[in-house]
Amino acid sequence: MVWLNAILQGVLVGGLYALFAAGLSLIFGVMRLVNIAHGDLIVLAAYVALTCVTLTGMNPLLAILVVAPLMALFGYALQKFIFNRTLGDDILPPLLVSFGLSVIIQNALLQVYTADSRKLNAGPIEVASVKLADGLSVGWMPLIMFVSAIVIIGALQFMFYSTPLGRALRATSDDQEMARLMGYNNRHLYSIAMAISLAIVAVAGIFLASRANFDPSIGPQRLIFGFEAVIIGGLGNLWGTLLGGIILGVAQAVGAMIDPGWQLLAGHIVFLIVLAVKPEGLFPRVDG
Amino acid sequence: MPDAPLLEIENLQAFYGSFQALFGVSLSVSVGETIAVIGANSAGKSTLMKSIVGLVQTKNSQIRFRGNELSGLETHRIVASGIALVPEGRRLFRSLSVEENLMAGGQLKRNGPWSLAEIYNLFPVLGERRHQAATSLSGGQQQMVAIGRALMANPELILIDELSLGLAPIVIKDIYAALPRVTAAGTTAIVVEQDTAQALTVASRVYCLRGGRITLEGEPSALSRADISNAYFGV
Repeated sequence: MVWLNAILQGVLVGGLYALFAAGLSLIFGVMRLVNIAHGDLIVLAAYVALTCVTLTGMNPLLAILVVAPLMALFGYALQKFIFNRTLGDDILPPLLVSFGLSVIIQNALLQVYTADSRKLNAGPIEVASVKLADGLSVGWMPLIMFVSAIVIIGALQFMFYSTPLGRALRATSDDQEMARLMGYNNRHLYSIAMAISLAIVAVAGIFLASRANFDPSIGPQRLIFGFEAVIIGGLGNLWGTLLGGIILGVAQAVGAMIDPGWQLLAGHIVFLIVLAVKPEGLFPRVDG
Repeated sequence: MPDAPLLEIENLQAFYGSFQALFGVSLSVSVGETIAVIGANSAGKSTLMKSIVGLVQTKNSQIRFRGNELSGLETHRIVASGIALVPEGRRLFRSLSVEENLMAGGQLKRNGPWSLAEIYNLFPVLGERRHQAATSLSGGQQQMVAIGRALMANPELILIDELSLGLAPIVIKDIYAALPRVTAAGTTAIVVEQDTAQALTVASRVYCLRGGRITLEGEPSALSRADISNAYFGV
């Protein structure tokens, strides 16, 4: 039962990893940009939420309604005024800019909020849980995170495959020159994609900050978790990303059961095995 | 000519970096015409098409569409003004179905004769395969999707680059048979073609390019074989 419980907790944490990954995967899929600053943007969202909660005293989960639009606006501007100027045939300039952005965000957060570790307090719901059986219980917070991940990935899937915006984003992803010939304004589409990505980042950041302590330096580690979930699941497949997150979460939970020091190592090992055996991921997108 | 030209190009100089591909090309197209642009490989035909829609760098050139200058405009704005390009090699969106490709073409929602139903009427096979991945179709069917996708924008001017390249003769015949219906709907066309004989059957006027310059212009009926081969090969 202890093992079953560990696996269940791993599955639920996988939802959070999928949220880390979804925005990353969206940006890579649409504009082939590997956003190195993704993890730091998650941490930035956590601090924005912290400020919001400190100022107004609102519940962190409700703060999503404020932080997500703010981060989306920030994303639109970031893409419009910075990333769009670097995009071209060469993928290196945007990669370097995102690396620079990562350094800037970390240091700015350090200046403003210091290196002290902080946490968002979501109230009694943090420790509330449902008992499924002896030794097997599910916390409300992990459950909310997991369900949110499913809802967000489902919404992204719907947006991509059933709306004109999704069609435009897929067309741009396939062939940006042809998309322009259809009258699509690529730069505007990229900015919308970044806005959506950072709205998801806001949700991920708030969940991250209500689950555990955070400080300005933890971004890159979240980026790695996001990357691993995307690669395990297969590039370009959103549900695959969710499964990738779950596999990573379970691997970490099982690793921690064997030895607490093995938690992160077990996740990385599973990632490396997938990369070695099936480099295209377990559930790659199939194109005609 | 009684009407002002629909498209007027003067002294077009096109560049890929420092390499110059077109040297002072001038041409004009009136409403309702079907123009054939012929020439050998690397004569500059595709460059001419891409220059019109702003995909190639141009210098000191005038490209006027209905009297408005296009040089310097972004591609999506040129397209929105009523020009569509069927590119060489078709370049369908591979993750989109046949119908989604057509809808992407029609996303500007310009008014005009072309709709999904009209495209399926023009190319019935596309209607039967509307939900298939566009790139799973045969070459000829893909060319139909590419033409349909451009028509969905309800352009006043359609540019078709290498209409028959790489297609089976029977398919080429089908596609050429559809062209008069396109122009009959009021769409002016410029067709780039290596197959000169085929192009001359549909064109009201023809331009020949060689080495980035126009070497011949005229109505097909007024041109002799010798004129054309002289302009084409320079011999």
